[in-house]
Amino acid sequence: MTLHYIVPGDDFTRAGEASGDLKRKMKKLGFPSDVIRKVSIALYEGEINMVIHAYGGEITAEISSSEIDLTLADTGPGIPDIEKAMQDGYSTATEQVRNLGFGAGMGLPNMKKYTDEFQIESEVGVGTTVRMKVYNHS
Amino acid sequence: MTVRDIIDYLDAELLFGDDELLDQEVQHACGSDMMSDVLAFVKDQAVLLTGLINTQAVRTAEMMDMKCIVLVRGKDPLENVIELARERDICVLKTEHTMFCACGILYKHGLRGGHSV
Ligand SMILES: Nc1ncnc2c1ncn2[C@@H]1O[C@H](COP(=O)(O)OP(=O)(O)OP(=O)(O)O)[C@@H](O)[C@H]1O
Ligand SMILES: [Mg+2]
Repeated sequence: MTLHYIVPGDDFTRAGEASGDLKRKMKKLGFPSDVIRKVSIALYEGEINMVIHAYGGEITAEISSSEIDLTLADTGPGIPDIEKAMQDGYSTATEQVRNLGFGAGMGLPNMKKYTDEFQIESEVGVGTTVRMKVYNHS
Repeated sequence: MTVRDIIDYLDAELLFGDDELLDQEVQHACGSDMMSDVLAFVKDQAVLLTGLINTQAVRTAEMMDMKCIVLVRGKDPLENVIELARERDICVLKTEHTMFCACGILYKHGLRGGHSV
């Protein structure tokens, strides 16, 4: 099953709707709760990043009984130094974003930690694409 | 302890939660205003103490399967927060205590921190 979500870049309160929807669908499909949680958290972090660092984007989720493949693509400003961005605590978030509860610099590390495969590609001025896989162990 | 006990220990005001939700057992909690800090610790934490009053506090709790959000320092939630919490079956409480004191009081009564994966 393939799901598509458009993440609007101008509405912070709606960021997380896609992750919530996928989470409920996985529950209905009967996936184990720890697999669902990993997928939800990784996707949620990515969704938030697309809203606070880019101008929204698109999510594709492919669900099969053996794994969940997530692709998050945006046409935002891109990441100049990915290695730096992957470090715990590294963030370029503004004071305004920090006041909204984000900017600890833990999002990308969390995404990597909770997924079995994690890839990030980014080009400055073009955009960022994150690909993640979580295996279903049951 | 139950969510109901938390209301009692923190002199908290109940902003959302029905009888069934209030009777849920909770054993682990986490306190932060930065949501990715919360999301970094995933082992069955049921309570989120936070000064963050927007919908992302509820969404964070949702992704983590948390049962209860405690808003500290007497802050009122922004619009849509209670509505979203109701849709997701997550209790919302409000206490006048600061983050430090609220965490301390619950710790004293046996609530513990979560573990990193
Ligand atoms: N989609 C993106 N587009 C452009 N820059 C990004 C994107 N995602 C992440 N970044 C950059 O990488 C940095 C680190 O991202 P990460 O998610 O780890 O932390 P954060 O979003 O700043 O804070 P947190 O996730 O803890 O709330 C960001 O501060 C930003 O500079
Ligand atoms: Mg982030």
